[in-house]
Amino acid sequence: MKAAQTPHKKEVPCVFGRPPQLPITKIIRLSAALLARHRRCSTPTAALSLPPRVCSLRPESLSCRLSTIYSWHFTGKTKLCSVDAAMATTKPRLSSFSRNLSAVSSSQTPGVKCGPNGTMFVSSGIADLDKILGGGFPLGSLVMVMEDAEAPHHMLLLRNFMSQGLVHGQPLLYASPSKDPRGFLGTLPSPASLKHDKSRDRESEQEKGLRIAWQYKKYMGENQPNFDSHRDNKQDYCNEFDLRKPLERHYFTRQRVNCVGIQDSKNLAALQEHCASFLAQHQRNDGSCALAGRIAIQSLCAPQCEHSNMDWEMLSFIKSLKGMVRSSNAVVVITFPPSLLSLSSTKRWQHMADTLLSVAAIPDEDKELAKLLSGYQDMVGLLNVHKVARLNTQVPFILEATTFSIKLQKRRFLVLECLNQAPVDGSSGSSYGTSGSCSGSSKAGTLDF
Amino acid sequence: MENQNLNLLDRALGLDGPSEPWPLSGRVVLIEDCVETSGSFVLHQLVKRSLSPTSSNVIIFVAFANPFSHYDRILRKLGCNLVTQRDNKRFIFFDMLMLRCPDEGKSSEGGLVLLYEKILKTICGLPGDKKDYVTIMIDDISLVEVAANGGSDYVLDFLHYCHALTSEFDCSLITLNHEDIYSSMERPTLILQMEYLADILIKAEPLSTGLATDVHGQLTVLNKGTSHRLGRSGNKIHNFHYKVKENTVEYFYPGSRV
Repeated sequence: MKAAQTPHKKEVPCVFGRPPQLPITKIIRLSAALLARHRRCSTPTAALSLPPRVCSLRPESLSCRLSTIYSWHFTGKTKLCSVDAAMATTKPRLSSFSRNLSAVSSSQTPGVKCGPNGTMFVSSGIADLDKILGGGFPLGSLVMVMEDAEAPHHMLLLRNFMSQGLVHGQPLLYASPSKDPRGFLGTLPSPASLKHDKSRDRESEQEKGLRIAWQYKKYMGENQPNFDSHRDNKQDYCNEFDLRKPLERHYFTRQRVNCVGIQDSKNLAALQEHCASFLAQHQRNDGSCALAGRIAIQSLCAPQCEHSNMDWEMLSFIKSLKGMVRSSNAVVVITFPPSLLSLSSTKRWQHMADTLLSVAAIPDEDKELAKLLSGYQDMVGLLNVHKVARLNTQVPFILEATTFSIKLQKRRFLVLECLNQAPVDGSSGSSYGTSGSCSGSSKAGTLDF
Repeated sequence: MENQNLNLLDRALGLDGPSEPWPLSGRVVLIEDCVETSGSFVLHQLVKRSLSPTSSNVIIFVAFANPFSHYDRILRKLGCNLVTQRDNKRFIFFDMLMLRCPDEGKSSEGGLVLLYEKILKTICGLPGDKKDYVTIMIDDISLVEVAANGGSDYVLDFLHYCHALTSEFDCSLITLNHEDIYSSMERPTLILQMEYLADILIKAEPLSTGLATDVHGQLTVLNKGTSHRLGRSGNKIHNFHYKVKENTVEYFYPGSRV
């Protein structure tokens, strides 16, 4: 059992526990003794870190005991924090038993998360999409979204992507075939207010069924997504965007956002120069976690652009863009309508993408689809994940499901859900088809052998 | 080669025989893949086998798709240190990610001609004993076409010149291309010519039932005119499934996975 050796007044007294040999009551008494020694310390903090499997006490009773023991020593509050919070608030590493090492990455550049194989992720702006893609968009990758001519769902993805970057202070380069690209910034969503966040959290936790008082689940499962546990933190990795609330104007200052129109230029040389100068500012140097940049190019082969019939020109632009982004801390998102390209060109574009998504419209009032899928009325569209970026690794990322429904929760928040089959209507007798039945009877539900 | 663990792909390629002479020397290998299943793991496997300590191969890797760091990280997990091999002059990396041939029609081939000359110079510059064991790898041909602004004739010329090297210097030529790009074209000259030139054709496709976590796809290996060991020559087609992992790739016959 180690205790800090005669610490100075300002130093934080630490308690290291070896729980298997030491009963908890002894730990409490020892910590109380330590704190008694440091009565004069202005902000005494004792951090007690215990692996949950050993401690059978509930946190409420533990904090009760601690406060009763030394409440007369100082008037400060006793707070039983979880391991993550304790680690985040006190500077020196307290306990060697902490398992949640991923908490360290959040102290680096906000909005950038470390991933496997030396990659770093930035959020797509949609929490569900980050989860599906295994963390977000890797820096240095090219994301392509195939549009659907019938519905502008790709704009939802693009807006969230751009807003997320601006909220994190990441510079943005936006190119669009519209006459006034800057006007699009007014339609970007703003992060939802904190009040809503907390209520949604509580709701979702209650919905999870069993309420377990001892939250051991927080410590188990090292692969739990990091961004869930820091809701109070202002700089969340992924924000919840309220599509009805426009982003505050101070976010898109000239220094941070550069808008380029691609409709009027003869070819893509100008856009390529813009991208090259933008990416030059975000060059990747080994080890440094500099600010990430985002490039969003909307409808690259839109028919109103002059370059839209120059197949090889566009391919060449994408190839050089991909080459440049590989060595920089940036993510490029390009949306394009595949129906306007030849089949062979479409395949070439798809091969060049690191991450490939496509959106599809859902027809309104489709009775067949309504019977097949549950929650059909709330669905806005479908999202298909064709390819997930594999940088620095050869292992493909196989998803359990590749098609997701895009829904708007409370008409404000974008969520992606797996498709669920609607319960089969028993009265129609479709589950016991006549073709498979041995006895040839068409009665449903009877055990006929 | 005998003491290494040989998998089905090695056997299909004829790498299970004696390592001298290198079974692939003087032969052209074409790897085909599609969007759903990437064939680059075959390329990584061939890099690893070529750079094994028992062989004395030199690889000239012409990369259009990924930078050196990407291959370095992958091969390191497979057990091959590319940085060391690069320092030992056994792995020569040409980074062509930013190659863009000039627009004007006449000099569009300029970039590719220069590339060919560079390869030739590198081979000629090798010490005498290593000159016989060169492997040229190109990743991938569809990007060579983009770099040549769609001039597939120039790309074909370039490939024919590289093919000439296989008979002149006995080097092997391994290329990767995406066959689903050409499947919708009326006259896919490039891919047809490449398939004709190739001695070994390796095709990575998804299973007809789609992708799964246990089986990532199927490989079809067509080995034309194997003339080793029993002295026979004739086409042999191998088909098996594979699962790609970080440290290795597992190959197994359909249904025989434990």
